[in-house]
Amino acid sequence: MWESVKEFASEFFVTGDPLIYGADVSIVLSIIAVVSVLTYFKKWGWLWREWLTTVDHKKIGIMYILASVLMLFRGGVDALLMRAQLAMPEMQFLSGDHYNQIFTTHGVIMILFMAMPLMFGLFNVIVPLQLGARDVAFPFLNALSFWLFFSGAMLFNLSFVIGGSPDAGWLAYPPYSELAFNPGPGQDFYIWGIQISGIGSLMTGINFIVTILKVRAPGMTLMKMPMFSWSVLSSCIAIVFAFPILTVTLALLFIDRYLGGHFFTLDGGGNPMMYINLIWMWGHPEVYIIVLPAFGIFSEIVATFSRKKLFGYKSMVFAMIIISVLSFLVWAHHFFTMGSGADVNAFFAVTTMLIAIPTGVKVFNWLFTMFRGKITFETPMLWMVGIIPNFVIGGMTGVLLSVAPADFQYHNSYFLVAHFHQVIIAGVVFGFFAGLYYWWPKIFGFKLNERIGRWAFWLWNIGFYLCFMPQYALGLMGMTRRLYTYGWDKGWFEMNLVSTIGAVIMGAAFLVQIWDIAHSIKHMKRDTTGDPWNARTLEWSIPSPAPFYNFAVMPQVTSQDDWHERKLRIEQGLEKPAKVELEPIHMPKNSGIPIVMSMFWFFVGFGLIFDWLWMAVPGFIGVIACMVVHSFNYDTDYYVTVEEIKRTEAEAGRVIT
Amino acid sequence: MANVNAGHHDHHPDQEELRTFAFWIYLMTDVILFATLFATYIVLQGSTDGGPGPKDLFQMSGIYASTFILLTSSFTSGLAILAMNKGNRLALMNWLGVTVFLGASFLFLEINEFIHMVSEGATIGTSAFLTAFYTLVGTHGLHVTLGMGWMIIVIMQIAKHGITPVTKRKVNIISLFWHFLDVVWIFVFTIVYVMGVN
Ligand code: HEM
Ligand SMILES: [Cu+2]
Repeated sequence: MWESVKEFASEFFVTGDPLIYGADVSIVLSIIAVVSVLTYFKKWGWLWREWLTTVDHKKIGIMYILASVLMLFRGGVDALLMRAQLAMPEMQFLSGDHYNQIFTTHGVIMILFMAMPLMFGLFNVIVPLQLGARDVAFPFLNALSFWLFFSGAMLFNLSFVIGGSPDAGWLAYPPYSELAFNPGPGQDFYIWGIQISGIGSLMTGINFIVTILKVRAPGMTLMKMPMFSWSVLSSCIAIVFAFPILTVTLALLFIDRYLGGHFFTLDGGGNPMMYINLIWMWGHPEVYIIVLPAFGIFSEIVATFSRKKLFGYKSMVFAMIIISVLSFLVWAHHFFTMGSGADVNAFFAVTTMLIAIPTGVKVFNWLFTMFRGKITFETPMLWMVGIIPNFVIGGMTGVLLSVAPADFQYHNSYFLVAHFHQVIIAGVVFGFFAGLYYWWPKIFGFKLNERIGRWAFWLWNIGFYLCFMPQYALGLMGMTRRLYTYGWDKGWFEMNLVSTIGAVIMGAAFLVQIWDIAHSIKHMKRDTTGDPWNARTLEWSIPSPAPFYNFAVMPQVTSQDDWHERKLRIEQGLEKPAKVELEPIHMPKNSGIPIVMSMFWFFVGFGLIFDWLWMAVPGFIGVIACMVVHSFNYDTDYYVTVEEIKRTEAEAGRVIT
Repeated sequence: MANVNAGHHDHHPDQEELRTFAFWIYLMTDVILFATLFATYIVLQGSTDGGPGPKDLFQMSGIYASTFILLTSSFTSGLAILAMNKGNRLALMNWLGVTVFLGASFLFLEINEFIHMVSEGATIGTSAFLTAFYTLVGTHGLHVTLGMGWMIIVIMQIAKHGITPVTKRKVNIISLFWHFLDVVWIFVFTIVYVMGVN
């Protein structure tokens, strides 16, 4: 008996690596810490009522952001481990297998469990406020999306200590991801972690499309809508088209692995190339899904801090739509070298290059917005300006990569690694940082410290250039990606060392940001205006943080940058602050179903990963039961009374007459 | 542009409209899902790896029967809508019940077909063609199963609440879903079966 328990445990838990024992210990310790703190302060009820069952889009957004910062930490530690291994030739720090696992988890976590939720967090906290809406179209579904993302992410992260991490790269190309070559549970963790959170992403896409198209304040026509909301709309349209393809692709891989199918195997007539086509039909649009909202954020910031209307609003909208369409027509540029033939390569090379045009339009629009503006460089604007050279360099190296014949040289080299990190870190992630700094006072009611924020900005940027510029050169010198060791004779030592130093500086920058947050909480100066940047769009017209019902009275929109125009009119005495008449507000009730249902999904995933039907089947029944219970529940909303609205507004420092 | 905030107090009708709109978007994602599966099937159709192919396996008489049954069930779900618009609750429930029954018959035939094929040695692991076949047709079957369960739940809610804006929307949506499954099946019928045996 004891023997078989030991045997089971040694297969179930990952053993034999000090790093992993360290992780085990820290996981157990942090769970104990969290549980005891909550119990000691008797906060379980509060946690459940205020957060775990919430359907408030602002709180859901905060939870997304929190989870994503944790994942940034985890993915960042992975990155540092890799860079440590590559810092010197012939390092013995990580084994080849371990290196494979780390770059795989790093890639997956960064894109799907860090960038995506950071983006969804910003969608959630800002879009309804910008639209002058009380909530997203489907608050319950919104909570469900979050919890699905969360259980998927947790499932994926567990692979590190239970069963073993996936190691087939962030896109898991077969045949290596097939059962014959990759029997362990790691690859199944990959499939189910992504699948479950992917369903959440798809639902978020639908939810925000409906919200943006149908739940705007009266008078806000599409062409008066703030640019960030436009970018969210175009990103969500791309989500709705791309994510079903991912769902199918992962399901097919699962069928191969679990039911002995032959979609992508080398025997039985399967075709691995089909997987590569399918996964990139999702994968390429995915990078535009995360970059478009960053474009939206820049547009908001540049207008606010230049004190000018955004230059070329219509061309911005148009460029965004073109980018989201084109992003579906370029996927094959990821495998120019895999025998598609000259005509196919030429087509995909040209479509890829075309994307540079609308992107260029946007960059020029931002520059023209700044031209002759009264620019001030608070942290959000600093980030915005810092990102422009990053996009220009990243865009240009992207065009270089899109030249099909040249790609035979660049393909899977460090040049590529440098390029995609330049657009993804220095474009997307920095862009989301800019958005966080910008909207932080709206979300939490106080500004972050400017001075520490500047330190973080400079450290991130210096670290970034030190880390990735040498990699362009290394790529041209022949260093390939996913390489875990190299010899002294290659002449790659110095560049790699510089690159690692850059990575360490970025790690420090992250810590400075955490310090910034802690410091600003401690020395908090509450923002009482609700509009600390003197900004232009509706989210700034209400107190910060926004009351749970957002707008006490629905705004009536008459122009683009409506809040800015209204402020001007009031200043010039053309308009008096409107006299308001409060009415009871209709709100959704909290629900525990989203979190419970996602837990059942977790059991489904975990059971299927370990081939434990005794867990997967009840899990699935639980999922269905949750849906049925929700369908039968007709008691989902309530009204906030006028007294309560008055009280809440008064607490936020607004007197309503 | 329609706006939910127009009428403050009667929020509900607008919620129903939002849900219907969202369902159309969901259906579009399902279209993409099936399109991907069809594309995969078409690519792998010939990859029988020396195993049995469409001509050896498909028995068209059964397929004609199940096609006929599914088309009829789409018609009966239409009759349910008509009954609902007339406010006839009993007829509505009955027609939905008939639709569920026809769906079950369709599934019964499909499962039988699968069992028969497996007994002839044509399993999901035999060749890429069969993997693609079972996945595509099976996904449609799974949708039918879900649709049936859902319809039963809607029937129960009508029994409980009668014909209200909420149940009305639920009936409209489930029947939309059911018609959608019918359309997908026509593609399965044409691309998999008819083109397979010819
Ligand atoms: C913050 C500093 C970061 C550093 C120092 C870093 C470093 C690295 C390194 C060393 C690799 C492995 C390259 C190889 O061996 O081929 C890698 C791969 C990768 N990184 Fe990062 N990374 C960082 C941030 C990010 C971010 C923010 C994202 C995405 C949002 C990201 C996405 C990826 C992806 C997708 C891969 C490819 C994984 C694969 O080959 O399957 N990284 N990164
Ligand atoms: Cu691409």
